[in-house]
Amino acid sequence: MRKGIAMTAPEAILRFENITKIYQMGDVSVPALQEVSLTVTAGDFVAVMGASGSGKSTLMNILGCLDRPTSGRYFLGDQDVSSLDRNALAEIRNHTIGFVFQNFNLLNRTTALENVELPLLYGGVPNRERQTRAREALERVGLGDRIRHYSNQMSGGQQQRVAIARALVSRPKIILADEPTGNLDSRTSLEIMALLQDLDQTGITVIIVTHSPEVAAYVSRVLFMKDGRIISDRRQEPQKARMEAPAQPTARGESAL
Amino acid sequence: MNPAQTFRVASRALLRNKMRSFLTTLGVIIGVAAVIAMVAIGEGAKARVMDSFASMGSNLLIVMSGTTTRGGAFGGFGSMPTLTWDDLKAIQAEVPTVRNAVAIMQTTTQVLSEDQNWTTMVVGSAPEFFEVRDWPLARGSGFSQSDVEGGNKVVVLGQTVVDKLFGSYADPVGQSVRIKNVPFQVIGVLSKKGQSQMGQDNDDTLIIPQTTFQAKIRGGLQKYIQGIIMVSAVSSDDTPRAQTQITDLLRDRHHLSVDADNDFSIRNLTELASAMQAGVSTLTTLLASIAAVSLLVGGIGIMNIMLVSVTERTREIGIRMAVGAKPRHILAQFLVEALVLSVSGGMIGVGLGLFAGQRLASAFGWPMLIRLDIVLISVVFSAVVGVVFGLYPARKASRLDPIDALRFE
Repeated sequence: MRKGIAMTAPEAILRFENITKIYQMGDVSVPALQEVSLTVTAGDFVAVMGASGSGKSTLMNILGCLDRPTSGRYFLGDQDVSSLDRNALAEIRNHTIGFVFQNFNLLNRTTALENVELPLLYGGVPNRERQTRAREALERVGLGDRIRHYSNQMSGGQQQRVAIARALVSRPKIILADEPTGNLDSRTSLEIMALLQDLDQTGITVIIVTHSPEVAAYVSRVLFMKDGRIISDRRQEPQKARMEAPAQPTARGESAL
Repeated sequence: MNPAQTFRVASRALLRNKMRSFLTTLGVIIGVAAVIAMVAIGEGAKARVMDSFASMGSNLLIVMSGTTTRGGAFGGFGSMPTLTWDDLKAIQAEVPTVRNAVAIMQTTTQVLSEDQNWTTMVVGSAPEFFEVRDWPLARGSGFSQSDVEGGNKVVVLGQTVVDKLFGSYADPVGQSVRIKNVPFQVIGVLSKKGQSQMGQDNDDTLIIPQTTFQAKIRGGLQKYIQGIIMVSAVSSDDTPRAQTQITDLLRDRHHLSVDADNDFSIRNLTELASAMQAGVSTLTTLLASIAAVSLLVGGIGIMNIMLVSVTERTREIGIRMAVGAKPRHILAQFLVEALVLSVSGGMIGVGLGLFAGQRLASAFGWPMLIRLDIVLISVVFSAVVGVVFGLYPARKASRLDPIDALRFE
């Protein structure tokens, strides 16, 4: 029933209403976001672009409930989250939103499995279920055979895939990725984008920040930011990042050719 | 996160920096070890004081006769005999809190065996002596009431006298010794008692019947006892009562008017023992307090390292917060780390303290006494140290802003 409605009028998964964020640097007020209004519908794959200092990181932080707006209202689903306290925000980060960072941000000297288990640990998921779900998430990103590897023993692409597994293990509605391919070579970037497209296909809303127009070609909606405002918002037909299905067989197939 | 998971995360974080964790813990280890060792030594000293008083006999009162005054100069207690043999009988018969009472007369004189001589303390007393002084025989037997009545020339030797006159391994029972040129037959040897609380050798003595003592060693005063009366009370609680009862009895028997001073004195050895014990306890408390200060210093060490650790792991804290850790999760993690440091330090410290206490005790020749309450208090106190000094760094960590923490390099 719900799905039927969503087909005709896509459900808004998050909505910004005149969000302003002002940083106080001593005596100087620096506006990072100015009266930004934005609606993202469920299943959107959005890229936020813009020069550094344009406010895209601030936008992501507020989207991710890591930071609170100075003014304006932020609705996540039906819930107004702009005035929640730290504990409630932590809960939203735990259940509703998954993060992927440019520099991966995995815990050092910790195995892939343990890194992926981390959100479930704070979510109070019981031991056995936690392990099973973490293993499933790692299998989904193509690292089922590396669950006992330490994060520092892995390549950048593998680390980023562990980070994606960590983001999706708590079955979030939204995945936020801040420059997810910024530290990766172009082939690995392609793999990561393919993975994110896969996730988007399963109904997860994916929002990424990127500098790169090539990366932005794989998304369905591109926002341009400048001086704390969204100056353009266009939809496009996304380019397919991957022809065949799973990541590993693709790599082998290419080398065979 | 349940407590077990928090504990696991904390232990792993500490094991990543083994050397640093160990050095941090060292402060607490030394503090707790010092407290435990000091208390163990103090308890050992106290027990030793107890032992030396117990070696005198149990629940003892010593009744001494009065003093002479000659031209204003007091001769001291015992200088004028005021206690009579009838007084002794009255104490034995009429005071209910008295278990036993015996007269003890003593003098120092030379004793001869076949080929050796030795100057020692000659004691004249009654068969009850062995019971009052709580002093069993190692060989042979003590003398009997009939020996006292007959004025028999029998002697019981202390171990030191046996060593000097016959050699350590000899059995002198049946042999004879000469005291003031009078031959005595050795009928028994006392068990070894060691040093008295004043450092004298308890075993450097010999005991003969009081009648023989008066007849052959030092001329008696017939009616008066030229020595002291040693009384053992029924129980340690009864010693003060026995003291007042004997005082009343003797005042009555000596016909002293209400305002007259006693013409005798009574010393309560139990009181003396508890006074000395109190002194040792004070010293123990002092030593333990000094040791406790080092525990405090250990706690500050933990706080210092936890602060460093929070700064170092700011990024880790940011990551944890980004995936949904609440401030209380972060607080718990760092608090548990501080607790693990301090409690493990406390436990190692207890082990080390017991070991050190035992080594010191055996070096001093004292008994080693472990007080379980002190062990428990030390561990609990180290845990308290962990919480108190871990709280500030942990709060600092839990209040970090997730964005700042993630950006931290």
